[in-house]
Amino acid sequence: MIQFQYERATTTKAAINGLANNSNARFIAGGTNLVDLMKRNITAPTKLVDINMVPLKDIQQQNGKTSIGALALNSAVADNKLIIEKHPLLSQALNAGASAQIRNMATVGGNMMQRTRCPYFYDTALPCNKREPGSGCGALEGLNRMHAIFGTSEQCIAVHPSDMCIALVALDASVLVAGPKGERRIPFEEFHRLPGNQPEKDNTLQNNEMIISVEIPDNAFAKNAHYFKVRDRASYAFALVSVAAALNMDGKVIKEARLAMGGVAHKPWRLKEAEKALAGKPATEETFRQAAEIAMQGAKAFKYNAFKLKLGPNVIVEALKNAAGLV
Amino acid sequence: MNEAFFDKKDYKPLDRVDGRLKVTGAAKYSAEYVLPNMSYAVLVGSTIAKGTIESIDSKAAERAPGVLAVISHLNAIKLPSYQSKGEHPSEPSTKGQPLRVFFDNKIYSNDQPIVAVVATSFEKARHAATLVKVQYNKEQHQTDLEANAEKAVLPASGKKNPKSPTADYDRGQIDAFANAPVKFEAEYVLPTEVHNPMELQSITAHWEADDKLTVYDKVQGTKMTQKNFAKEWNLPEENVKCIATFVGGAFGNGLHNWPHETAAIIAAKQVKRPVKLVLTREQMFTMVGYRPRTWQKIQMGATKDGKLVAINHQSIGQTSTYEEFTESTLQQTRMMYASPNVSTRYRILPLNLATPIWMRGPGEATGAFGLESAMDEVAHSIDMDPVDFRLLNYTESDPDKNMPWSTKYLRECYDEGKKRIGWENRKMQPGSVRDGEWLVGYGMGTGTFGANRNSATVHAELDKEGNLVMHCAITDIGPGTGTAMVQIASNTTGIPTEKIAFHLGNSEFPNAGLQGGSSTVNSVGPAVLAACNALKEQLITMAAAKGNAAFASAKPDDVMFDKAEIQLGGKSAKLTLGDLLKQNNIEKIETTNESKPDENRNKYSMNAFSMHFAKVHVHPFTGQVRVKKIVCCADAGTIVSPKTAASQMIGGATGGIGMALTEDAVMDHRFGRYVTKDLADYHVPVHADVPEIDVYFVNKPDLLADPVGSKGLGEIAIIGVAPAIANAVFNATGKRIRELPITPDKLI
Repeated sequence: MIQFQYERATTTKAAINGLANNSNARFIAGGTNLVDLMKRNITAPTKLVDINMVPLKDIQQQNGKTSIGALALNSAVADNKLIIEKHPLLSQALNAGASAQIRNMATVGGNMMQRTRCPYFYDTALPCNKREPGSGCGALEGLNRMHAIFGTSEQCIAVHPSDMCIALVALDASVLVAGPKGERRIPFEEFHRLPGNQPEKDNTLQNNEMIISVEIPDNAFAKNAHYFKVRDRASYAFALVSVAAALNMDGKVIKEARLAMGGVAHKPWRLKEAEKALAGKPATEETFRQAAEIAMQGAKAFKYNAFKLKLGPNVIVEALKNAAGLV
Repeated sequence: MNEAFFDKKDYKPLDRVDGRLKVTGAAKYSAEYVLPNMSYAVLVGSTIAKGTIESIDSKAAERAPGVLAVISHLNAIKLPSYQSKGEHPSEPSTKGQPLRVFFDNKIYSNDQPIVAVVATSFEKARHAATLVKVQYNKEQHQTDLEANAEKAVLPASGKKNPKSPTADYDRGQIDAFANAPVKFEAEYVLPTEVHNPMELQSITAHWEADDKLTVYDKVQGTKMTQKNFAKEWNLPEENVKCIATFVGGAFGNGLHNWPHETAAIIAAKQVKRPVKLVLTREQMFTMVGYRPRTWQKIQMGATKDGKLVAINHQSIGQTSTYEEFTESTLQQTRMMYASPNVSTRYRILPLNLATPIWMRGPGEATGAFGLESAMDEVAHSIDMDPVDFRLLNYTESDPDKNMPWSTKYLRECYDEGKKRIGWENRKMQPGSVRDGEWLVGYGMGTGTFGANRNSATVHAELDKEGNLVMHCAITDIGPGTGTAMVQIASNTTGIPTEKIAFHLGNSEFPNAGLQGGSSTVNSVGPAVLAACNALKEQLITMAAAKGNAAFASAKPDDVMFDKAEIQLGGKSAKLTLGDLLKQNNIEKIETTNESKPDENRNKYSMNAFSMHFAKVHVHPFTGQVRVKKIVCCADAGTIVSPKTAASQMIGGATGGIGMALTEDAVMDHRFGRYVTKDLADYHVPVHADVPEIDVYFVNKPDLLADPVGSKGLGEIAIIGVAPAIANAVFNATGKRIRELPITPDKLI
């Protein structure tokens, strides 16, 4: 096997120092994606800094927000009482992702850092600008049934695969990161990026920065939230389209709404215009249909994923109906 | 024949005799044998679909730590069989020349094995394999079935033998369809499917001497493997041993000996050490066969009151450019329904792909998707219940072979299945039943498969403690062969199951064919029966010779055991087995018996039948399909092991759900490479996709087929499931999906 250095960090500081002076060093936690990537020769880090011993697993409530440690397991977050009570949307989204075995290994930070599942990215015999910049995009003229309809570029039309992140972007979460220069917060919506001319870059983390936690501000969405995922089998498949919908209701009227889509873009796709259109309206199928139409503005399909233009709005409506208790 | 033998009460559900070994990890699969001085091989596959290798740069790989050899056509020893151009050495034969691994620089398909890297550890071999650099001269490949359909050909088997299932077939008048009062015509497509058993294909090859080879190999036939490798290496058969004691699923991909097996044997010869080779999941898509993508067109003519007038059924399936793979896609169209006029046209299309191989329910499952969907479409067009439509066109004898059925209890399957699925809740008008937001639909599909039987031999020995030990070369790829054979032996002798052992999966044991084509219980079962009866004959002779007058006129059926005591005609013979052997001064008695198909096969048409009913929910806005219930009814003759047989039906129905809704090996034809080639992207059904599966067996013996009365059920468990689900989806939505799988995008 390719030789690499392995180091175990027990503090955030040690972990960050572990990356110093080595642009090819990576953190490893659950390893549910990174190990696959290494086995398939898609990435070959020269150093792995194991951060599983860093104490970042806590889930706590303070100062008007819920803070989830970067190393909290996906299953631990999904089953956490506080999360189920205050942010059921997140719990639902987590349980819609992967398998129980993977959720028991995967961490919150790792979930955010997972790479696309585009088959051209995973086959080193095929072109992929994300894996090998300049080699071309295999999916653009290829089998792009699973690919993006929003925010694509000529360089890359891959989608971000996470379910958890769709709920987090809807819930106005922010990401606390730490680096050699100290801590900073990144709004969740700005954490992942669109491919543009640099599809190899998935996110806006700077060199040697580490995810410390994800923070969700308190909200009034707990009663009316739903994560709706459509996939090719009943479980353990990536989304064709998924929608995270959260409503703050005043009787039958929507006070405010949060809406985000998965399976449609290189990043979790927040639908702010549709949210605005929902605010102040009665929670009816017609309202939802109108919001869905707004949400789909600017969508562009490729040869095999045109169905997403129709499935997308349908899933938005279904997610909102479920959130509003109309189903 | 002992009447009690066929009393179903006697066949109680029995836990798998090897269940404990399997769940505790004690069962040894082919990759789990540890030999001294073991080395490990990893295969490098081509990255083009057609052309030649220009150069291989293996320097870095050779220098990598632990590497023992980098083997390719440049330095591989040439096998004796590589010199001949003749028939495929493997049996059952597909015509053509199998891929000769490391023979020359030609590339016939993408991910064709071209280099083996052998090292002292698996990890070292895998790493070194990434260092091999290959340059190609690329040629234009063709991998797209539909784009090349006009180049399809009649296979050699069909040209040579007009009675072959692949030959052109016409019954009655060819133009009958044109004059039918009701005419229906449609095309159906089944995508490439991959067997994907849980266990990866693996082999450990060990040259115990220069001319003595042992392979621990994941195969469905130990004797087949022994014969093939003996031929391949020009060795006497007895110098080749194949061990496949446990096989972790196969579904057909172990019916052929593949290039990776030969690659491991070559490697073992060259490094002079045992070599273990395990395919990756990706290589399971390209190196060990698949169910070929198949296009079908059906024309069906009927009278307005539902009598079939004509069926014309044509199909085109993929094969490689070097072997003619064929399957019986259109066979059932000739015999399932009483249409006076039937024509079938079977074609194959050579493409730059690896050779396919039979996958569970092989061609019949593919053909049934066309035939049973078309039956549903015609029934709908004349406003007739699809079960009634089938009953109206029921065949009381085989109209293809012009022979009576040995047995056919399909009517019982229709009747029982309707009750169990709640068929009365089905509405003729699609889309008219709802459960909340979900649309509800019911569908059904029929299946049939030949009640195949091969010759088989079993060795049995019975000791004075009453322990019965049997041996046979047959493999068990999962259905529970050992369990079934133990039950047959127990029922024949009265010996309790825990005192019986059935050893299998070794080419040194007495002869048996492949575990394939639903033939095992029908073939090996009768040999077990024969061996048990032969042991009883010996006991009778011994007892009579020692003055037990009652035994003088006894027949094997009169003799049973109750623990170690011998019973005669249901009463104690006041004689124990131990006493009898002691009197004769022997430790044990033994026998070897062969059982073969008999002349009844020339007089009767022998088929197993199945009927699958499905209830589905379809979400009208998101296109999600949820199968809510499946009822499987099987006329498979005597069910000797009710528990493992039911498991087999459940597995088949699960495979049918995959076929209908999820499985699709998608190829990017620009590169000739699959893009869904792991278990994340190639979707086999998961637990959440599989509902309650209710299994019913008619359980009536077919003693014309074989003395056990069994007709086989591995294939009928899946044949007809996919159309049952597709028909239910139509009933739920009014949408007819003629290209599988039925994914959500096709229904919105």
